[in-house]
Parts: sequence; structure tokens; C-alpha cells
Amino acid sequence: MNNGSIRIVDPGPLTLIQDQGRAGFQSLGVSVSGAVDIDSMLLGNRLVGNSSDRAGLEVMIGGLSLEFNKQTIFALTGANTYATLDGVLLGTNVSYVAHTGSLLELGMATDGLRSYISIAGGIDVPKTLGSRSTHVASQIGGVMGRKLESGDVLNLGESDKFARSGLSQNFTTDLNLTSLAIRVVLGPQDNLFSDIGIHTFLESEYTITEQSNRQGLRLDGPVIESKSGVYDIISDAVVNGSVQIPGDGMPIVLLADRQTTGGYAKIATVASVDLPILGQVKPGMELSFVSISVEEAQDALNQKMKLLAGTPIVDVVEDTAFFVNGSQTNIGVSENDGAELVSIDGAVYPVSVEEIHPAI
Amino acid sequence: MDATDSKLQVFPRLVPAGDSAILIELGAEIDVAINDSVYALVEQIKRANLRGVSEFIPTYRSLLVNYDPLVTSFRVLFEQLTVILENQVVGEKIVFNPVVIELPVVYGGEAGPDIQNVADHAGLTIEQVVDIHSSVDYRVYMIGFAPGFPYLGGLDSRIATPRLKTPRILIPAGSVGIAESQTGVYPNESPGGWQIIGRTVTKLFDISSHTPSKITPGSRVRFVPVTSHE
Repeated sequence: MNNGSIRIVDPGPLTLIQDQGRAGFQSLGVSVSGAVDIDSMLLGNRLVGNSSDRAGLEVMIGGLSLEFNKQTIFALTGANTYATLDGVLLGTNVSYVAHTGSLLELGMATDGLRSYISIAGGIDVPKTLGSRSTHVASQIGGVMGRKLESGDVLNLGESDKFARSGLSQNFTTDLNLTSLAIRVVLGPQDNLFSDIGIHTFLESEYTITEQSNRQGLRLDGPVIESKSGVYDIISDAVVNGSVQIPGDGMPIVLLADRQTTGGYAKIATVASVDLPILGQVKPGMELSFVSISVEEAQDALNQKMKLLAGTPIVDVVEDTAFFVNGSQTNIGVSENDGAELVSIDGAVYPVSVEEIHPAI
Repeated sequence: MDATDSKLQVFPRLVPAGDSAILIELGAEIDVAINDSVYALVEQIKRANLRGVSEFIPTYRSLLVNYDPLVTSFRVLFEQLTVILENQVVGEKIVFNPVVIELPVVYGGEAGPDIQNVADHAGLTIEQVVDIHSSVDYRVYMIGFAPGFPYLGGLDSRIATPRLKTPRILIPAGSVGIAESQTGVYPNESPGGWQIIGRTVTKLFDISSHTPSKITPGSRVRFVPVTSHE
């Protein structure tokens, strides 16, 4: 069955196919990878009627343009980006109708770093080890394990239903950030650090450096002191959000593309609830760390996932019933992020509005 | 408080690694018996079939247990794992039968451009290097760094050799190397600084298979010299 496809016109600096990640093979050295801002990808899938395991596009900094080869529904989530469909401004966290031949263009991201494009049915590249996520370092997943290139044509999966366009009002992430307090659970090797070292870690501001990527955030700030001056351990397993302290005393926060094992002591681990925002932070921004208990971290995650799973996809606009050619049609107009839109029977279309002067 | 702290620690040590994993440290050194107990523990926990446990990452002397915090909780799993560890009979011989994986290796020549370095460093002939390297069943302490990359233990100290001063840009898949007291195989093409002494054509990592890695954690590897891969 032909579910249609999209064609990458310009991938921008870095566009990758990602899903929830490739868990289950870490004991064989296979990185989990997956969307760094998983919340935005989950929300995108919900907005287009996809199950949460469907793959979408993760676009770093923007700059992507793509063409739809079939009418479908899509949504843009994550970073705030000046995005247009056929030249008409789009808002984020709304699912829109795209037509055959429609061109989606993303400008540079303003607030946040990574945009997610979710399309009804998802990107249907073959799964590798149970996932479609791209891990460039080991050349696994996506399209031949690489970032997307101009001219790539990506098939779409079968959409679960014709998605009802909508907007999530309950679940939004504040991306207009200059500094962030990230919640962590201390350990597993906090015992290797002195009281002064732990104090430095929890009371200082750390700046995100340019050497940050999907594998991890490298931070710069006050040196974190270990008890014995030794920072290396016998290599053991790491997790998403492990905060490693290598010999220079500067934290590295591991993210989606991390290797499975490492030899640096881990002073703390970022709470899962705060991992997605680390996919949106940019070099130059400052972070601080706040210690919470495992129970607090799990409560916070449970609450957020309930909110995300339960967030109603509400109608974008108050619509009104009209009779068009004798049948009832619900039509509404609204605005989101400065973008104008029209809904017709629940399907949302981006529109541009201009004043016209009737001929006299 | 000094560097000897880790030796004063009591093992096993169960600690949270964030809100979705528990780390069980069984020791603080690279040790055959400790590593055996890591793999024995994996089997014990698997048999217990604990709710919410999703994945295990066994390493030299610790085991990471990943779990879904939306299904179980740290408190519940900590209790369950503690019971499993407490029920281990002290002094009980750990039954652990590793699989031995034989890898045919062409030593030297184009396949092993650095074998002369290793021989010169050891003051041995190439033939002696091959004999020594292929006469041991190497323990797979863990897999990490890259898909299917085994951390092997058991290299004869006579052929331990420092890394290349300048790492190679590209090492072919299947290359067998030595770095200090470690030996290993590159499952995939990779940059690297190890002294390359040979190559196996056995495909070590196949992403199209659901058992993608030929070498598995806890198994043993034996290198078998062959003259060609025909």
C-alpha cells in the first residue's frame, strides 16, 4: 500500500530520523540513541494520531525544507522556529493538513535547539534492532545510519487514523530560557567525591560549551574535587543523564547518543523528568544542579507522563456550523504563535490573511 | 578518607543510577571471580522475572539493572534485588559455564601490519607472538565502546605492547589488536590506536540479526591461526 512519502529538499545542518530509541542491546555495546527531547516527539506523535513508537524528524537549529508527496497531517513541536507551509506561517504544537506538493520550510530555531516534525503514519524506514533511530557514530538506523541529505525520499507508514488537528494546551515546555536548574539524583559514584566537590557541583553555575552534541553536554565552570584526585573508575555502565566528571573536573552530561559504558566517575544522574529540556539547551547557556531523592524524581516523572499521555488534543478554534451546499460544515478561525489558521471539520489549514480592495 | 576508601567498601553495593536504573557493584577491581559473579547474578535476576526490569548491562565488576519507573519503583526493586543477593549462599560455588567462541585469524602481513612491532617490543619472533596470542581462552569481561566491542582479559604479559603513537584513521572490521595488556577485535571499521596483529573474517556484528553480536558478554574467545580465509 502506498502511504505516500516526503522528499528532503534541504536537510539544514543536521536532520535525523529518530524514534524512542533502541533499547535492549546495550549489553552488546549498542547505543540507545532516540529523540533527545523525547517529550516533544511524543507530543508530535499524539498531535498527528500516531502511536508513541512512530519515527519522526529531529531537526537541529532549523534550516530544513521538505516536500510532501501526498496529502497528510503533520505537526511541528520542540524549538520555536519560523516555519512555513507553502509560504504561510505555521505555529508549533498544532497539527496541520499538508497537500500533495506542499513545501514545508523551517527557518533558524529561535528559542530552543531541536524541532521535531511528526507526520501521520511516521517515517517508515526499515527498523534496525527494533528501532528506526539514527546513531551516526555506529552507522545504525535511519537511512544507512547517516544524517539526511538533499534528495532523500522517505516513505510514510500507514496512519492510524485521519488525525483530527488540534492543539495541546496543557503540555508546553518553556524554551525561553537563560538559565536552568536541573534536578539530579546523586550517585552512583558520588562517594568518590569530597564534600567540597559535591558542594561545588550543587552550588555552581556551569556553562554549556560548543563541544556539546547528541552524545552529551560538556560543561565549563568550577573544578569538582574528587576525594583522592582520581576520577577514573573501572569502566562500567552509564545511563541517559549520567553526569561524568573526567580528570579536568568539568562535568559531562551524557545524552541519547552516549556509549553504553564509560570509565569516568559519575557524581550524579539527571532525573528523567528533566532530560528532554537538555535537548533544547544551547552552548553559552548556564545550568545548575539540584539534588533530589529517587522517589521525588520518580513522582515527578509519573506526574509529567500522566499529563503528557492525558493532555487533551483540543480543537484549535471555536468553530461554528455553516451550511455549505446543503450539508453542515464546522468552520473556525484562530491564531497560534502569531500564525493564522482555519479549521474545517476539525482539519486545520494554515492561512495567510491580507486585505484586498474591491474594484470600484 | 583517602584512596583506600573503595577497598573498605562493603559489597555488594546497591545504589540508584538515577530514577530508571540500579547499579549493583560486586567489587572494586578487575577480577575473574568477581566478573563470574556478575554474570551469575544476571542469570539469577532474569530467573526472578521482576516486573518492570527492562535491560541488564554487565561490566567488569558491576551490573546495571535498567527498569521502567512507570511500572515499578526504586523502593520495590531495591527490596527485590536485596532479597536475591541475600539469598546467595555464602561460599557457594558459582555455576557459570561460558560459551567459547573460536575466531579464525590470519596473523601478520596485510592483515596484521603491526605484528613486527609487537615481536620487536617483546624480543620474540612473529611465530612466537602468534603462538602466545592464540594459546589462551580470553575472557569477555564486558562489551562496550562500540557495538560488539569486547573487553578481553588474559593477554600474556610477554606480548603486551603500547598503543601506536599515531592512531590509524581506519582499521578494517575484524582486526585483532593489542593495546598495553589488552587484546581485542574491532567488530566494525573504526579509527584506532591498537597494534594490529591479524584479522578475522568472521562477521562479529550483524545489525540485521536479533542476536547481532557473535561475541556475547561473559563468553570466552579463542583465536585460531589460519593461513588464509579461503
